[in-house]
Amino acid sequence: MRRVVITGVGVLASTGKDPESFITNLIEGRSAIRRIEQFDPSSLSVQIAAEIPDYCASDYFPQKRLDLVDRFTEFGLIAARQAMASSGLEVKETEQPRFGVVMGSGMGGAQTYEVGYSSLYAKGATRVHPFTIPKSMHNAATSQICMEFGAQGPSLATSTACSSSGHAVGTAFHHIRFNLADIMLAGGSESPITFGIMRFWESVRVMATGNGDPSHACRPFSADREGLVLGEGGAVLVLEELEHAKRRGANVYAELAGYGLSSDAGHITQPTVDGPVRAICMALNEAGLNPEEIDYVNAHGTGTRLNDTTETQVLKKAFGDHARKLAVSSTKSMHGHAMGATGALELAATVLAMQKGVIPPTANYTAPDPECDLDYVPNQAREAPIRAAISNSFAFGGLNAVLLVRRLE
Amino acid sequence: MHVADKVIEIIVREQHLDPNVVKLDSTFAELGIDSLDGVNILFALEEEFKIDIPDSVAQNMRGVRQVVDSLTRVLEGQDISDLVAMAKSDTQVAAS
Repeated sequence: MRRVVITGVGVLASTGKDPESFITNLIEGRSAIRRIEQFDPSSLSVQIAAEIPDYCASDYFPQKRLDLVDRFTEFGLIAARQAMASSGLEVKETEQPRFGVVMGSGMGGAQTYEVGYSSLYAKGATRVHPFTIPKSMHNAATSQICMEFGAQGPSLATSTACSSSGHAVGTAFHHIRFNLADIMLAGGSESPITFGIMRFWESVRVMATGNGDPSHACRPFSADREGLVLGEGGAVLVLEELEHAKRRGANVYAELAGYGLSSDAGHITQPTVDGPVRAICMALNEAGLNPEEIDYVNAHGTGTRLNDTTETQVLKKAFGDHARKLAVSSTKSMHGHAMGATGALELAATVLAMQKGVIPPTANYTAPDPECDLDYVPNQAREAPIRAAISNSFAFGGLNAVLLVRRLE
Repeated sequence: MHVADKVIEIIVREQHLDPNVVKLDSTFAELGIDSLDGVNILFALEEEFKIDIPDSVAQNMRGVRQVVDSLTRVLEGQDISDLVAMAKSDTQVAAS
């Protein structure tokens, strides 16, 4: 069976605009959640989000390019550029048909839709901008990345709400494993912080309401927990077949060794225990690892009452007695919930933590909850070698994705 | 402002081109304007002049002068049915 390694990482997030600052801020427990600046949120009951600070698209793209891309595509492209640069890869023309891209996004070009609809419905326009479709389609980020890097191999976009980029990375992993490709760019991007989408989320009544103290608003696994807080950003990983990476002497971050996916087939918003358990077991099985060999879990950890108790039960059921020895943290406490980008962001955090031998904390943890009784690495990062780790993505709609990485021996 | 000047100004703006490059006799191919760019330019012209340019005419614009001529006739309220007919026959030729 072909093996797959991660040889490049790119991150554009609220907590850092490159992988190094991203992981450093997570390790130091710095939350990027703040009052929304992209528009005036005064009329919203939830006025906070994890935005990329001081983001200026023209720092990254000429105007002609920007005309044709939504903000979510910009994030994907920037992360892909970083990932390619960090990998040192130069894809030869003959390799292009074996080089693909899979990107996840839950909402696609949400900002472009919103501009189009507001001009139609609120301003009474009789026509909308002709780039509305090419900018907003969910595969725009995938296609733009393919175009920029000449990726001509198996490529697609995934959209499974909060699991979108978990599924994207998993799909790309299997493309290489099952010999459809040798190199893949995989990840996700999302820009959901618009007036309309904030309103939609408010109405679900799962949003943290800490307008007065944004940086402490998201408190996963804590007795007084609240979540979720919307975030934005992009993360892309370079996946490469092991022998391909070895031949060119590539720097290997980690081996991507297992992928599990499942459907709850239960409720459109409420998670089940058994669905995620099946995904975790599938990932362990593919990697050929025992539960005891996992040291760290980057949790889905949204901070909602229901997610965090359910995820705790999931870990106990999947890992048995070993669950109490796992280090479990939710970095969403700092970078917010970046929806379709979050799975890839959190996998990047996991891989970077593994490299540094430091586990990022769950920030804003104030007190234990009897229903959440595992080791959530509260507030302080922990120096500890990570042999293997999983990153969980459990989505609205009950579609789960679990990615397993381990140190390459 | 003359229609031609306005058309050139909009093409320069939408394509982010050097104003000295766009001439009345420039073809879209010379200016690197592809079909999607063309649709964007037509949208900008429609917005600017508050008019509708029929799809059949729009599809057959290949250069700046064609845009200016068609636009001038639309603006003057002229019948452009011959242009539409010509566009249709072009399409038929292309399809055959």
